[in-house]
Amino acid sequence: MASSIRVRATSNGDTTEVQALIQHPMDSGFVKDAKGEIIPPHFIQVLTFEYDGKPVFVADWGGGVSKDPYVKFAFKGGKKGDDLKVSWVDNKGATDTTTAKIQ
Amino acid sequence: AAATLVAGLPRLARSADTASVYDLERFGNARILHLTDTHAQLKPVFFREPGVNIGVGAMAGQPPHLVGKAFLDRFGIRPDSADAYAFTCVEFEKAAGRFGRLGGFAHLKTLVDKLRADVGEKRSILLDGGDLWQGTGLANAMNGADMVEAANLLGIEAMTGHWEFTYGEQVLRDNLSRFKGEFLAQNVFLTEEAAFNDAKAFDPASGRVFKPSIIKEIGGHRVAIIGQAFPYVPIAHPKRFVPDWKFGIRDDELQKLVDGHRNNDKVEAVILLSHNGMDVDLKLAGRITGIDVILGGHTHDAIPIPITVTNAGGVTLVTNAGSNGKFIGVLDLDLAKGKVANIRYRLLPVFAELLKPDPAMQALIDKMRDPHVDEWSDKLGTADRLLYRRGNFSGTVDQLICDALLNELNAEIALSPGFRWGLTTLAGQPITMEDVLSETAITYPETYVATMTGSQIKDVLEDVCDNLFNADPYYQQGGDMVRVGGLAYTCSPGESVGKRISELKLGNGKHLEAGKHYKVAGWASVNQQNGAPVWDVVAKHLRAGRPPNRDEPGVTLKGVDDNLGIARHG
Amino acid sequence: ALAAANDKYPEEAFKQKNEADAIKALYGKTAEPSDKVKMDAPEIAENGAVVPISATTTLSDVTSIAFLVSENPISLIASYKIPAGTLPSVANRIKMAKTSNVTVIVEAGGRLYSASKEIKVTVGGCGG
Ligand SMILES: [Mn+2]
Ligand SMILES: [Mn+2]
Repeated sequence: MASSIRVRATSNGDTTEVQALIQHPMDSGFVKDAKGEIIPPHFIQVLTFEYDGKPVFVADWGGGVSKDPYVKFAFKGGKKGDDLKVSWVDNKGATDTTTAKIQ
Repeated sequence: AAATLVAGLPRLARSADTASVYDLERFGNARILHLTDTHAQLKPVFFREPGVNIGVGAMAGQPPHLVGKAFLDRFGIRPDSADAYAFTCVEFEKAAGRFGRLGGFAHLKTLVDKLRADVGEKRSILLDGGDLWQGTGLANAMNGADMVEAANLLGIEAMTGHWEFTYGEQVLRDNLSRFKGEFLAQNVFLTEEAAFNDAKAFDPASGRVFKPSIIKEIGGHRVAIIGQAFPYVPIAHPKRFVPDWKFGIRDDELQKLVDGHRNNDKVEAVILLSHNGMDVDLKLAGRITGIDVILGGHTHDAIPIPITVTNAGGVTLVTNAGSNGKFIGVLDLDLAKGKVANIRYRLLPVFAELLKPDPAMQALIDKMRDPHVDEWSDKLGTADRLLYRRGNFSGTVDQLICDALLNELNAEIALSPGFRWGLTTLAGQPITMEDVLSETAITYPETYVATMTGSQIKDVLEDVCDNLFNADPYYQQGGDMVRVGGLAYTCSPGESVGKRISELKLGNGKHLEAGKHYKVAGWASVNQQNGAPVWDVVAKHLRAGRPPNRDEPGVTLKGVDDNLGIARHG
Repeated sequence: ALAAANDKYPEEAFKQKNEADAIKALYGKTAEPSDKVKMDAPEIAENGAVVPISATTTLSDVTSIAFLVSENPISLIASYKIPAGTLPSVANRIKMAKTSNVTVIVEAGGRLYSASKEIKVTVGGCGG
């Protein structure tokens, strides 16, 4: 199965710019469905980016982050060809992980 | 930026009886011609300027929020003159008979060629501020391709856009592939998804979809032209037309561009070709440094003398060049020692009777219209009174459309968008399908019938009203108030959102109840609808020959008694 | 001890209905407005369900950046931990139920700095 996580990490030699787009409903628990019933909360709580065994960016999210969330940041260092590990865990305990090569 | 401004002289009173009005005194060394919001009107038109254009807060009583006599006084225009007819609604019907139609691309072509020939080769540029491809049945049927042809023949060298985007990305790109000029927009970017999917962009690194600016040599001087598209396309129109793009005003990006041109490109003048709307441009001019002149459009304000705005870097002049081909802006720059030494600006009304139509342009227009002329020439009815649209709250054309929606769709309440384009028909003139299309030709014309509660209806009115009267122009969208049929209400423009609309009553005098359901008909919804196109509904109504609804539109204004944006004469 | 830069998911902060309570739960202190915190956000949202917002700062020793929407049923949207070596700049997309103030908080050198902007959510549909 394809990963829920798409990552683009680009090094300019100095810094690595990272963009991630994740497939997830990010249901806040405040929206009703067509039948008028509350859609229960279902959202990513923690999204972690690791480089060289250390976290370079950690997102703590609530249900107010948009469906199919997007995030962009940059860190110093990061070599072309190196791995960037990305993982998330949601409020129901589901997780996904992927590893992207820095370009 | 601009050092001084040669303007503010009262315009000489004159009548439009001689073409010598277009013999301009030579000034400076670079001429920039500016058209905007022609709304595809290839033929000369009648267009009545608004009788209500209220400014609130700091904008009250300031241009462009002046109408009628207050406008004439502010700009030194003699009542009863040709200019008074072109720029205001004062005694419109009487003056229309005297001075005739304005604009038309064949007439514009003659005037543009003259204004360019007067200054000599390579000393001028022709710019279009957008809303060029939409507004007629022909443009709608041809997806704006007619206007690309006309723009090429007219010699438009750069443009930006608004309604152009409502044809969708593919048609826009197809049209632009045939357009000989540049399409400029610094404020259109790929959405995050589109960027991830490597959607087409002028600059993939920033996600900027179009070229933001060009540098032109005019009269041997380097002038930067930056394009600013309408910032709210996916809000004012169905988002489905441009799903991959996001817009916005984007001050910071604009400042970077201006600084880049100033610091790195050795330009001697920076011009912003803007479709922000005039209030937004006036605010922007106070925040951004380094722009000499903003050539503005979108709000369809015809302002004869530029407004000078002071900012941290100097001053910026703000113009707005009217609509429907009625006017052409002539900006003469005196460039010296690497900067703008002096400026002269004129907004010339294009009196069709004074200009010989250009034969090549006339032939092109006739050829493009030919397949449709017969079908659109049938007389559907006769104008029982002056039919116009422009005005903050209502126009007689929109009353007619609302009548059609109420009658044909059997609804209690009608809602019709407050567009600022749409022509004027004189009393007694026949109304044809082509006329109806010139009020309604959009790419999402489907009518709808919906059930709405009283409070939902009030919310819609409040929302649109805030787009018009928010005290901060950056939170406005331009356009006028949604028109209503079968409904009366009181509006307090100076209040805040949620508090402007009150006293909602149905046609029968009964108060609208918040929790009660009402049958509402409308068109131009941002959501997908599937009713008959509004022009067919209006045509059917006209053919039925029902007596027109003579009731005045029931909008009572509160708290704006002394506002100079309300005309108090016929 | 209360700092967004610590490791645990800030469960309590994500339960708070108003902005002040959320900031208190997340950091245990209040923020001061600073022109060194820059927020890039639209004036009018194109879609209230997807509002792109980014924040950056010239402050040094930044340890976290948080986004809050005052009129949402839950005020705290996201809190980002910024380890040493990561630039103090984040872009993300948030949901807005209605017109509201959006606040960015930057935690730098153990203190809190903020910037706010009103973003309008509208049904739209008119044009010039
Ligand atoms: Mn427009
Ligand atoms: Mn327009």
